[in-house]
Amino acid sequence: MDSNELNSPGFDIPPEIKGQIAITSLDRIYNWGRSASVWPLMFGLACCAIEMICTAASRFDLARFGMEIMRPSPRQSDLMIVSGTVTKKMMPTIVRLYNQMPEPKYVLAMGACASGGGPFKEGYNVVSGVDRFIPVDVYVPGCPPTPQALLNGLMKVQEKIRGESIKNSRWYKKGSDLAEIPIPILGPDLIDPRKLDLIKNEAKLQEQA
Amino acid sequence: MTTPAAVQTLDLSTRFPDGATPDARPGYSGWLVDKSRLVEFATALRDEFGYDYLSSVTGVDYLPEGKMEVVYQVYRTTGGSGVMFKVQVPRQDPVEVPSLVSIYPGAEFQEREAWDLLGIKFSGHPDLRRILMWEGFSGFPLRKDWHEPYFEEEAKPYKNRWPDGKIVQAESNNPYADNIAYPPDFSPEAESFDPEKALYDALRKYQKNEIGLNTDHIIVNLGPQHPSTHGVFRVAVMLDGEEIVNLKPVMGYLHRNHEKIGERNTYLMNMPYTDRLDYLASMSNNFGYALAVEKLMGIAPTERADYIRVLMAEMTRISNHLFLIGTLLNDLGAYFTPMLYALEERELILDIFEAVAGSRMMCNYFRFGGVARDFPEGTFQKIKEIFFERLPGKIDEIDRFLSENEIIRSRGVGQGVLTAEDAIRYSVSGPMLRASGIPYDLRRAEPYSIYDRFEFDVCTRKNGDIYDRLMVRFDEIRQSIRIIQQAVKQIPPGPVTSVKPMYQVRVPAGEAYGRVEGPKGELGFYIVSNGKPTPWRYHVRAPSFINLTAFGPMCIGQKVADVVGILGSIDIVLGEVDR
Amino acid sequence: MNDMYGKGILKGLSVSLKRFFETYLDDLSWIGRRYNTDAGIAHRGSKDARGIFTVQYPEEKIPVPEEFRFIPFLVYNEGPNGEKNLLCTSCGICAKVCPPQCIWIVRSTDPATGRPIPDPAEFYIDADICMNCGLCAEYCPFDAIKMDHDYELAAFGRHIYNKAMLSKPTKYYESIRPENATRENAARAAKLAARTAPTKAD
Repeated sequence: MDSNELNSPGFDIPPEIKGQIAITSLDRIYNWGRSASVWPLMFGLACCAIEMICTAASRFDLARFGMEIMRPSPRQSDLMIVSGTVTKKMMPTIVRLYNQMPEPKYVLAMGACASGGGPFKEGYNVVSGVDRFIPVDVYVPGCPPTPQALLNGLMKVQEKIRGESIKNSRWYKKGSDLAEIPIPILGPDLIDPRKLDLIKNEAKLQEQA
Repeated sequence: MTTPAAVQTLDLSTRFPDGATPDARPGYSGWLVDKSRLVEFATALRDEFGYDYLSSVTGVDYLPEGKMEVVYQVYRTTGGSGVMFKVQVPRQDPVEVPSLVSIYPGAEFQEREAWDLLGIKFSGHPDLRRILMWEGFSGFPLRKDWHEPYFEEEAKPYKNRWPDGKIVQAESNNPYADNIAYPPDFSPEAESFDPEKALYDALRKYQKNEIGLNTDHIIVNLGPQHPSTHGVFRVAVMLDGEEIVNLKPVMGYLHRNHEKIGERNTYLMNMPYTDRLDYLASMSNNFGYALAVEKLMGIAPTERADYIRVLMAEMTRISNHLFLIGTLLNDLGAYFTPMLYALEERELILDIFEAVAGSRMMCNYFRFGGVARDFPEGTFQKIKEIFFERLPGKIDEIDRFLSENEIIRSRGVGQGVLTAEDAIRYSVSGPMLRASGIPYDLRRAEPYSIYDRFEFDVCTRKNGDIYDRLMVRFDEIRQSIRIIQQAVKQIPPGPVTSVKPMYQVRVPAGEAYGRVEGPKGELGFYIVSNGKPTPWRYHVRAPSFINLTAFGPMCIGQKVADVVGILGSIDIVLGEVDR
Repeated sequence: MNDMYGKGILKGLSVSLKRFFETYLDDLSWIGRRYNTDAGIAHRGSKDARGIFTVQYPEEKIPVPEEFRFIPFLVYNEGPNGEKNLLCTSCGICAKVCPPQCIWIVRSTDPATGRPIPDPAEFYIDADICMNCGLCAEYCPFDAIKMDHDYELAAFGRHIYNKAMLSKPTKYYESIRPENATRENAARAAKLAARTAPTKAD
């Protein structure tokens, strides 16, 4: 982003000092900084992870977007690229990782599997899209998305970051929607603690029938 | 062929006059062994007949006949064709078969998988736990009468897609609006779940060291989210200080039900799914699957298609090994530079895949009787440029860059040693077996396709340590380049498919086991057809899954820091380990 | 080893150094032409590639080959009044061959007779199931469904496409896959000729 983009409209700069100063809003400079240094979580699930590695390698070079520092620890990362099929066995770990990420945090669902289950959707160990458990910001279709398609998705994440405002962003509000997501349990099948009532009701219905 | 005439003349029926009979079902081959004689039969095969290498163990659920069958494939590491033998048991719980782990330790994980997915209990197995699903999961998914929550119909194509295809998401048919189902008497509060308990109990069964200080041991988990595990793989280790006393790999975090879905797909539909097994080497998965189905159908590809297949398979091998060199060096601590150098060359190979097959990774290029389409114009030029002019020099450069490096030598030489005997016992295959000094390469031992026409060396190394496993990959890349150079010179013109392209192929009833030398090792497909458009049983003998059997024994006694390097040198891809 | 300790490391570092200098040498020999030109991008993907390997998406894009496949689309011929005449006859082969079964087709029926007519009333593809395998395009007997080249589809929501979103003109198809289109047009013309030839003889 150059200085013209940073310069927020609405303030006239006297011609004699134009080119020497820039006026911007706090939102803009803050989001500019954030969007240019998104640190993804080094977190590969399946086939798409290989394309993610290729994106980070020399031909596509994530470093050009300020994203080269892939952190293996969720505590140090801003963006979770869910790259591949999300299985039930992996789901508790993914939710735990998401809970451990500091806010503001973003999730990019890379590929068909992470977006909606993908070709393996019908399988007994597959979660139909990671958005059933954690909120997803950007969906990138493809199986797998090519590195350029992933970069396109990452630019969408940046676009989203730039459109946010400190005033009304949910990260900075007091409120309940930032509560941790309850971690699913591996029982006879995957148990989502948020659906306990539904499960109990269904069991009752089955008993009656 | 799995059991040609030479094997049938084996004197097995005189050796076992009452325990073993040739499998006489039409389209089937091999031997039916009585359950009570199984251990004796296997011991004799190994010790008297020299079949020292157990390639594959899997189960088949013959629901209509009320039987379960366990199928074994054994080979000689000196080469040649193998023997298939089977045990049939009635399909009543508990389905029980004696375990062969004491004779072939390589059966350990495969028997666990058959227990996990089919509910076949192997009596005498040292550690019979679920392996792909978690402990506590209800049901045995690969049984034919078990249906998943999103179950629509027994076989594809589904009827509601056409002609009246109102879009219905699978979720909307499920009471929980999700891919879940619970057993009828389930109540979430009454029970508590601990899928980890069995694992930790198994981990505590280790050989106690009576000499020296008696110290407390600790359990450390690496993964499933760990940068060194190349995906979602978990290693639970029991440590005495820094030394490993016991190690259990935990997998299944990417178990996406390949086989269950494959038994609902038509034969052609499985082709793109095989791409996603070992996603670094999709063409060689295509190759193995195409060979197995072609064997059942009794067709052969055209001459030109054969050459194209070999070209593609060898290019895949090179790109896979390049990726391995990069990631293994990452694991050994050379953060990213070797990886970037290796990936650069891989990208150039992927460009060829993309131009020919349409996708960088998921090629879906092979068809029964040939390949999907001929090379587009300019491909041979590109192949010549890359594999004749560029790559040989670049491989030498990466070799010069890495192989004499003192740090790599000190982290690799003598670490994670797998002796030749152990390699065979644990059914290890591919570059790992050859790094231990066994010159066993399917392209030479039992040539498939047209590999008997090319000159190449079977690369072996002596010590079977991390360093040798790295170097054997360099050697193999060079041999693959040799094969590609010969194939490009010999390839004839002509059609690329021997049959009319059809989306529904007719496959006669019977069984086939097709195996190829994939970049990771022996990749086998065991297919049972009952004459319908979908396979009755579709099993993948995944080399990186079975190579992991040796992972625990290799690590015991080593330092915890070497686990990462040893795992890296096995070259696993989780899509194939977990399927 | 009898060699001096560290010789291997030095040897390796010399490779790094060589590649470091190559970056500048290649930039010099391609001065002004290396970036943002088609020739420059092609050079970085050729056998002579050395130095900086990066293609700077989005300013530069690696050209996609003709066979490249992403999400399928439906081809239509534009009628004289701008109407979209889909080549699709809703025969259902794509829905039958689709491995993950992500295609749903509603066949139209003639309101007067209730008989099916060869035109899809609706056509859905759930791109979040689609595995980009290309079998639908490969086995379509009417060349009506083809694989797209457009991969820049990232969005803030899920991707489920209907007929209107999937339809693209023949011209677009011919522009992304010129060789395939020429071959298919020729085959169709030959078929048509073969069909009309005997009737003339009668």
